[in-house]
Amino acid sequence: MPVQEQSQQSKDVKGGTKGEPKPVQRSRDKDQAKKATPAQPASHDMKVRSGIVSAAAQQDAITEVTRSVPAGEPDQLANNDELKFIGKRITRLDGPAKTTGRARYTSDVYLPGMLYGAMITSTMPHARIRSIDVTKAKAYPGVKGVYILQHLSDMAEVKDKSKEMASKYPIVRFAGQPIGGIAATSQAAANEAVKLIKIDYEQLAFVTSVEDARRPDAPLVYPAPAAMAATAGGGGGEEDVPQKGNVRGPARSRRGGPHGDLEKGFSEADAVVEGDYRTQVQTHCSLETHGVVADWKPEMLTVYASTQGTSTVRDEMAEVFGIPKAKVRVITEYMGGGFGAKFGAGNFGVTAAALSKQTGAPVKMMLSRKQEQLSSGNRPDARIHMKIGAKKDGTLTAMQLVSYGTAGVGTGAGTAGPTQNMYKCANVHTEEYDVFTNAGPAAAMRAPGHPQGAFALEQAVDELAEKLGMDPLEFRDKNDEHPARREERRIGAELSGWSQRHKAGADSGPVKRGLGMAQAVWYRIADVGASAEVRIGRDGSVEFMSSVQDIGGGIRTVLAQVVAEELGLQPRDITMKIGDTTYPPGPPSGGSQTTNSITPSARNAAYKAKRMLLEEIAPGLNVSADDLVMSEGKVFAKDNPSVSLSFKQAAARMKTDDVSATAKRGEDYKEAGGGRGRFITYGGVQFAQVAVDTETGVIKVEKVWAVHDCGRPMNPLLLENQINGGVLQGISYALYEDRVIDRNYGYVLNPNLEQYKVIGSRETPEIKVHVVENILGLSSTDAGGIGEPAKIPTAAAVANAVYNATGVRVRQLPMRPATMLAALGKVKGMTA
Amino acid sequence: MNRFDWVNANSVDQALASVTDESSFKAGGVDLLDLMKDGIASPSRLVNIRQISGLDQISEDDKGLRIGPLVTLTQIEEHPAVQKTYAALSEAASRIATPQIRNMATVGGNLVQRPRCWYFRSEDFHCRKKGGTHCFAQDGENDYHAIFDNRVCAIIHPSGIAVPLVAMNGRAEITAKKGKREVALEEFFTSPTHDVHRENILEPGELITAIVVPASEARTAYYKQGEKESFDWPIADVAVSLAMQGSRCSKASIVLGGAAPYPYRAKAAEAKLNNSEITEDSARAAADAAMANATPLEKNAYKIPIFEAIVRRTILRAAGMKAEGVAA
Ligand SMILES: Cc1cc2nc3c(=O)[nH]c(=O)nc-3n(C[C@H](O)[C@H](O)[C@H](O)COP(=O)(O)OP(=O)(O)OC[C@H]3O[C@@H](n4cnc5c(N)ncnc54)[C@H](O)[C@@H]3O)c2cc1C
Repeated sequence: MPVQEQSQQSKDVKGGTKGEPKPVQRSRDKDQAKKATPAQPASHDMKVRSGIVSAAAQQDAITEVTRSVPAGEPDQLANNDELKFIGKRITRLDGPAKTTGRARYTSDVYLPGMLYGAMITSTMPHARIRSIDVTKAKAYPGVKGVYILQHLSDMAEVKDKSKEMASKYPIVRFAGQPIGGIAATSQAAANEAVKLIKIDYEQLAFVTSVEDARRPDAPLVYPAPAAMAATAGGGGGEEDVPQKGNVRGPARSRRGGPHGDLEKGFSEADAVVEGDYRTQVQTHCSLETHGVVADWKPEMLTVYASTQGTSTVRDEMAEVFGIPKAKVRVITEYMGGGFGAKFGAGNFGVTAAALSKQTGAPVKMMLSRKQEQLSSGNRPDARIHMKIGAKKDGTLTAMQLVSYGTAGVGTGAGTAGPTQNMYKCANVHTEEYDVFTNAGPAAAMRAPGHPQGAFALEQAVDELAEKLGMDPLEFRDKNDEHPARREERRIGAELSGWSQRHKAGADSGPVKRGLGMAQAVWYRIADVGASAEVRIGRDGSVEFMSSVQDIGGGIRTVLAQVVAEELGLQPRDITMKIGDTTYPPGPPSGGSQTTNSITPSARNAAYKAKRMLLEEIAPGLNVSADDLVMSEGKVFAKDNPSVSLSFKQAAARMKTDDVSATAKRGEDYKEAGGGRGRFITYGGVQFAQVAVDTETGVIKVEKVWAVHDCGRPMNPLLLENQINGGVLQGISYALYEDRVIDRNYGYVLNPNLEQYKVIGSRETPEIKVHVVENILGLSSTDAGGIGEPAKIPTAAAVANAVYNATGVRVRQLPMRPATMLAALGKVKGMTA
Repeated sequence: MNRFDWVNANSVDQALASVTDESSFKAGGVDLLDLMKDGIASPSRLVNIRQISGLDQISEDDKGLRIGPLVTLTQIEEHPAVQKTYAALSEAASRIATPQIRNMATVGGNLVQRPRCWYFRSEDFHCRKKGGTHCFAQDGENDYHAIFDNRVCAIIHPSGIAVPLVAMNGRAEITAKKGKREVALEEFFTSPTHDVHRENILEPGELITAIVVPASEARTAYYKQGEKESFDWPIADVAVSLAMQGSRCSKASIVLGGAAPYPYRAKAAEAKLNNSEITEDSARAAADAAMANATPLEKNAYKIPIFEAIVRRTILRAAGMKAEGVAA
């Protein structure tokens, strides 16, 4: 079986990446979903290879299957070792621009007459605003405009509007909540003017921790049930769940859903383990803060945005201002990181556009680091109760997860993904609760819910295996049917020297070393409407166009590889025009869907354009277009060596100025005969070696072996970048990062990169990446995604390694010295 | 940030003449500008002392070491004589912040920088140190606060180089319009019980014009532990200076950073070592004694085992013995 299959059918949902992983095939919005499905061109059956290239276990190796492929799509690509550019370590096309500073990020955009914006934010964690006095601010030298937001996005709202508290302005629900903005002729003037805004607050009681917010007498964050609008990428949980007080849930309907009989499952178990796990709030810490330059002109609103979704920003701006999408243009040439928090227009973006409209000048609005940390999203915390049981032979019989977490004034704190989707188990029951608190809203963050869920699940699995006297890998082989993960466990074990692993706590000195592992599960997500155009000019130039944005993963380079491979050119020969909604709409970059979504469109468009060119010139060469091949910068006839032209010469023979083709990705290929859409997951297994100083509580990660699959690896160099980044962010999550709120006053105490501690160069371990080539035969490139899987298992692998080192389980993140020492019983009055 | 005047001083006299009650000296500016940007300090005038010549030198003779206040942390870290004879100082400088910051940060500025307590640094809290009436750390998030002398104000003193300098009996030469005075650094830093609004005895308009470290045969070592190694503040740091007679210690000096609102001299620990052999056992006894009177707050008792470990290890290392550990 080449890919993991589960019973759940996919369904289309609105939006880009949500706080929750959503099913497989998706389109950006309803319109597109409609556009993508009807009038499917005729399809034909095609034999494709599917399986793991060079798998050790015969059963997972490549087999031939038949798929139904839309007409006009090219044959399946060969394996990577037979290709020229795809699957090769091509360096970033934009590397020189980035390293020399030529690359223009949103924060580098300066337009003539541009004003500088600053946000007005609340200084109270919970309050009703009685009045806002802007007179002094307006009079401040250089100030050109003041705008007060009447409606806020990216946070939950009371569903029944009549039940919201009466108020002239949006109710303030966290310290740092956007209230409006100021535009001035200099940043300094804008910042100073903000201090002159006088806000009269009626303070309300607030609550900032999950524990306090769950108390029956807790202050209410929302007076009535609330939900978070599913803006693209903006977090958000399930919609129709009950809410009592601040507690929203249980959400149960995750993919797979509850199934079986839990009681029966546990009664069949020979061993059961149960534990409580806690994870902290993590912030995105993108190097480039959120921001836009908005330029409102009567004919067009142009927005330079640091975003993961040019199209999603365009859609939201159009919606907010009630203008046609066609009158909004969003540009993202380069952007400095998003990790899930940058999809929508944002309150800052809306403010900037409104100020631009008001002042008639472009307005730049980049969040300060403090605002970034307070209001632009985070990974919710979690308190997870995990219970699992298995038979003597290792067969899992029951899994139960109950989790409470806070997404602040947002939703999406669920953690059940891994428990629902990693292992085969007949009886699974999960309950997820979102707890509202007066804290900044969560946003999607690199595999929402999964690092949290894996931290609990993968430790529980290790614990259960130990209780049964089984090796953790053997236990997983027994319960995990994912073919890629099976292969990954084998490879990781070999690389890390797993067979030499000692018993837990075996080292004698104060410094103890240990080896641990943990697994990832993530979902194959694609934007079926992702669209791209390839144009070949009579001068031999080739342009690629799509609004898809390169958020740092390197899609600009990968797409050039794909087009070059199809046209037999060099990647540098392709002029890449991306990150601009003037071009065909690309996918939002979230859910690890970019490469999966847009590379098939690119290949299909290049293939179509190639066919158009060949058909134009074939008659003049007295050959059939089918006999012509493009390779190594040449166009030649397969069996007739006398017909051979350079690409340029061939293009010059075209009758028209250019040929151009646009292609949409469309859905994954169906099994021939019309099988159902399949629920496909990616794996990923990481092994970590740690050293623990049991006297000081310091944990150092010394080595990580990260073994992953993501369909066809398109560019191993860029893939390794992504995996390295995931591992580092995972270690940072495991050991260092923690947003701290003062429990008495409701203010975040570390909204900076000094006291909010992010991993640095000295904490960077040796990372060995191994990628399994897993051909799925589901699209014309077989590409998948990697951004998210790479982060999911790291913290859990580190925790399992800490256990192997010390014999002590740390069930709380971050595992800072205080936590480790408490777990070791070395701190008076503290346990962990 | 507020508007301010800028004065470039070319000499100590000019600097002293330019300074008013509302102004601040600016050396590297690393701390001062952060305070201004965060709205914690708003001097109406900055007197830039960075260009004063002659204050950026390290000199060594048989009386000891003389360090100009504009010497950067990088200079301290890299100076061969400091590395050789005053190892703890060089080590301490090398563990501060990042290379970029160490290139800008000066010795004078490092000693006079304000605390990093997140209540003090936040505009949202008007704490006792800023003229308010409450120390928010007492019943708040006090993970990183003091475990000694923490009832009035629970800050820890931020200076990393102060820790070895106090252990080495360093002195500050202070110049004012009315003249010069020299003060032992141990007396230079003060307790909040003395005056909660400041961390040292410096009066407005006074300039540190040198740091003097007496020559000594003592063996020194320093250790800093943060939560991570890359530009993190210490949870706990310690400098140990051991004057040895053969294998016996004749005089020990042990100073803790990250423990109190000032570099904290662990006298009880010193007493355990004076006139005794340095062994695993005596080092342990000293480390335990150092913590005997700690009064941790709700969330920082974890510092006690850390100090016990790093004080013991650093004593052993100062004495030339090995001590295993993982850096952070
Ligand atoms: C990320 C980060 C991490 C850091 N980590 C550490 C650390 O681990 N350990 C550590 O010790 N420090 C650390 N620092 C702080 C840094 O070392 C200090 O900010 C720096 O040393 C200040 O020196 P400066 O010359 O820039 O001082 P300035 O900012 O110029 O001045 C600071 C104060 O000293 C006064 N001043 C300066 N010179 C004199 C003088 N000669 N006489 C009288 N008053 C004077 C100024 O008026 C001002 O009040 C860190 C800083 C950052 C940003």
